[in-house]
Amino acid sequence: MAGATVTRAQLSEAVYQEVGLSRNESADLVETVLNEIAECLAQGDTVKISSFGSFQVRSKGGRIGRNPKTGEEVPIQPRRVLVFRASHVLKDRINAAFNSRKQQQQQQPQQPSSSST
Amino acid sequence: MIKSELIARLAERNPHLFQRDIERIVSTIFDEIAEAMSRGDRVELRGFGAFSVKQRPARIGRNPRTGAPVHVAEKRIPFFKTGKELREKLNHGQPDGEGGHTD
Repeated sequence: MAGATVTRAQLSEAVYQEVGLSRNESADLVETVLNEIAECLAQGDTVKISSFGSFQVRSKGGRIGRNPKTGEEVPIQPRRVLVFRASHVLKDRINAAFNSRKQQQQQQPQQPSSSST
Repeated sequence: MIKSELIARLAERNPHLFQRDIERIVSTIFDEIAEAMSRGDRVELRGFGAFSVKQRPARIGRNPRTGAPVHVAEKRIPFFKTGKELREKLNHGQPDGEGGHTD
């Protein structure tokens, strides 16, 4: 159902179900994948995952910010930020699922929507 | 780095696994995240970041060439917010100025 939160635990479980590894090793591998991506990004490299999206590091210049609560000026140092751009495949997949749920709800307002691809 | 390079690096670190299994692991992870977002769920990976889905209301857009009004349906946009740890890692361990919570 919409509104739930998926964490590492569910990703590890999915890997465990998919590949014949132990639960522990599945969890380690999820961690390794995330670390490998993080490591790459920390070096300023872009990470592109086809049909999912790309993670790109952008450098931002320093500027004078403001504490919105007090109005006080605060210098913001130059920094690097990560931007994620979802691929069209991912956007389409999300919207297709959303549209089919919407349609189902319109057709059978009583029935709770079950979600599948 | 693209997906195949990611798989190659993981294979190097895990010589006891078949490359084909590593491919399946990587695909499963991203597929699981995509599937969760398709359900409208949030994916929270502490220290890395969180994927969520934002809603864009229906609006009247315009054909930029003709100026004719076009109805644009309501839609969902995948969104990623970088986790605190990763944000700090990008800046080589300097604590960042932003809020401090990943949610």
